[in-house]
Amino acid sequence: MIEFTDVTKKYGENIGLEHANIKIKDGDFVFLVGPSGAGKSTFIKLILREIKADSGTIFIDGMEVTKMSNRMVPQLRRTCGMVFQDFRLLPKKTVFENVAFAMEIVKFSQRTIRRQVPHILSMVGISSKADKYPHELSAGEQQRVAIARAVINNPKVLIADEPTGNLDPDTAWEIMKLLEQINRRGTTIVMVTHAKDIVDRMNKRVVTIEKGHIVGDVREGAYINENY
Amino acid sequence: MRTIKYAFKQAFTQVFRNRTMSIASIFSITAMLLILGLFFILAVNVGLATENAKNKFDTLQIYLLDTTSEESAQEMIQSLSTVDGVSEAWYFSKESAMEEFRVRWGDQAYLLDTLAKNPLPNSIKVTLSDLSKADAVIEVAKAFPGVEDVPNSQDFIDQILKITNGIQTGAMAVIVFLVIVSVVVVSNTIKLTVLAREREISIMKYVGATNWFIRGPFLVEGMLIGCFSALAAVGLVMAVYAKIVELFGQQALLLLSTSLVPANFLTTHLTGVFLPLGISIGALGSIISMRRFLDT
Ligand SMILES: Nc1ncnc2c1ncn2[C@@H]1O[C@H](COP(=O)(O)OP(=O)(O)OP(=O)(O)O)[C@@H](O)[C@H]1O
Ligand SMILES: [Mg+2]
Repeated sequence: MIEFTDVTKKYGENIGLEHANIKIKDGDFVFLVGPSGAGKSTFIKLILREIKADSGTIFIDGMEVTKMSNRMVPQLRRTCGMVFQDFRLLPKKTVFENVAFAMEIVKFSQRTIRRQVPHILSMVGISSKADKYPHELSAGEQQRVAIARAVINNPKVLIADEPTGNLDPDTAWEIMKLLEQINRRGTTIVMVTHAKDIVDRMNKRVVTIEKGHIVGDVREGAYINENY
Repeated sequence: MRTIKYAFKQAFTQVFRNRTMSIASIFSITAMLLILGLFFILAVNVGLATENAKNKFDTLQIYLLDTTSEESAQEMIQSLSTVDGVSEAWYFSKESAMEEFRVRWGDQAYLLDTLAKNPLPNSIKVTLSDLSKADAVIEVAKAFPGVEDVPNSQDFIDQILKITNGIQTGAMAVIVFLVIVSVVVVSNTIKLTVLAREREISIMKYVGATNWFIRGPFLVEGMLIGCFSALAAVGLVMAVYAKIVELFGQQALLLLSTSLVPANFLTTHLTGVFLPLGISIGALGSIISMRRFLDT
């Protein structure tokens, strides 16, 4: 459960987000859309406590992010998997190691890691590339590795900031199907995107942000403004 | 446990992978510690010399008039013993004084035989438990009837104390300065490895690594650098100091009438100081270099 109550975040004069109210239930699949500079990344950074809200309260999975001490932030981030437009894989580690890395950080034993990683790699469909390095993979394959890493520790929420931004339409669509599959297993998904066709085709909840305000929130919606 | 193992594994890999930088910073820190060590030894030696000098001047001699009887001298000793700062007082007759002269003059002692009568006065000797109380004790002694004079070496002692304090303060200042410079050097080295791994660190943060998990390897890296530097510096300082003792030990004995602190005695002490110091410098340097990356 993600809950924003009257959240405001300003960067000096610039408005990041203002009086934002939203509830995202467990298992939801939400698209976050809006023009550039609308406050989408601000929304995500607030969830992950990369930045602190000026006012209002934010709850993530029962944790009050707005009152959380720095010590608890790692705990929060373990509840949220992250996927980025630029994949952010470690170039000197193999596919297997990149995914295992996320488990090492959370201090799983090597035995559990060796059992779990192949499982997740096969789920995202890149078992055969386990020993390859990121630069030996296509963009779509790299994003699959990133998704595997994001979900290996079973986060409650998966947050994706333009995960298909660097992918061609076909590959993008495959990634979307993978995200949908992950969502079906119960993971809440919040995805920022500018891709109108994807939003229209997926038919999921769409939250629209404009100039720091949440201006639209529709179940089974479609991309509203052609100009974004 | 797993975190510690991970930190050490990572740190060794990093030190080795960036060996040029690691070696460069080990060199500069060793150089700092070398200078620091020499100042440390200077401070220790000055301290020892001061101790010796103080011991030499912790005895007062109260000269008595010839008309003062030994009985009244004994009374004086009684009351002096109760004065604050006095550890012991005893009667020192003119005969014993002459005897001391004879011993000191050795071969030339026969010259004393030409004296018609013993010109030395009877006196009371007082050892002080606290040098700074000397003035007060002298005041008390001068007030007794039958006292001729109480020579005061306080001014001289003050001079010595002032100079040695100056030297030790100066050495301390240099030591503090060098420690700060060392911390900056380590933190810059670590910052390079941190920058090289900035991406990795940001990913670690997203995946929910705690700050200590991220900091661990860099901390160990800094401590390793500090540890190597400390050991190298102890070796160098001792080599230099052994040479100094060999060359100037005799002169020091003559000039300052104290011997230099022996080299092998200092090795243990220096290791005891340098190892924790080097490791702390490394740890502090790496924590400082990481601050910016771990503020959220
Ligand atoms: N660190 C910052 N300092 C100052 N202003 C900022 C900062 N980060 C964001 N902003 C401002 O806050 C507003 C919202 O930015 P945000 O990054 O959330 O937009 P966005 O919706 O993610 O845009 P895009 O689609 O281009 O990624 C913008 O006006 C931006 O200029
Ligand atoms: Mg953005």
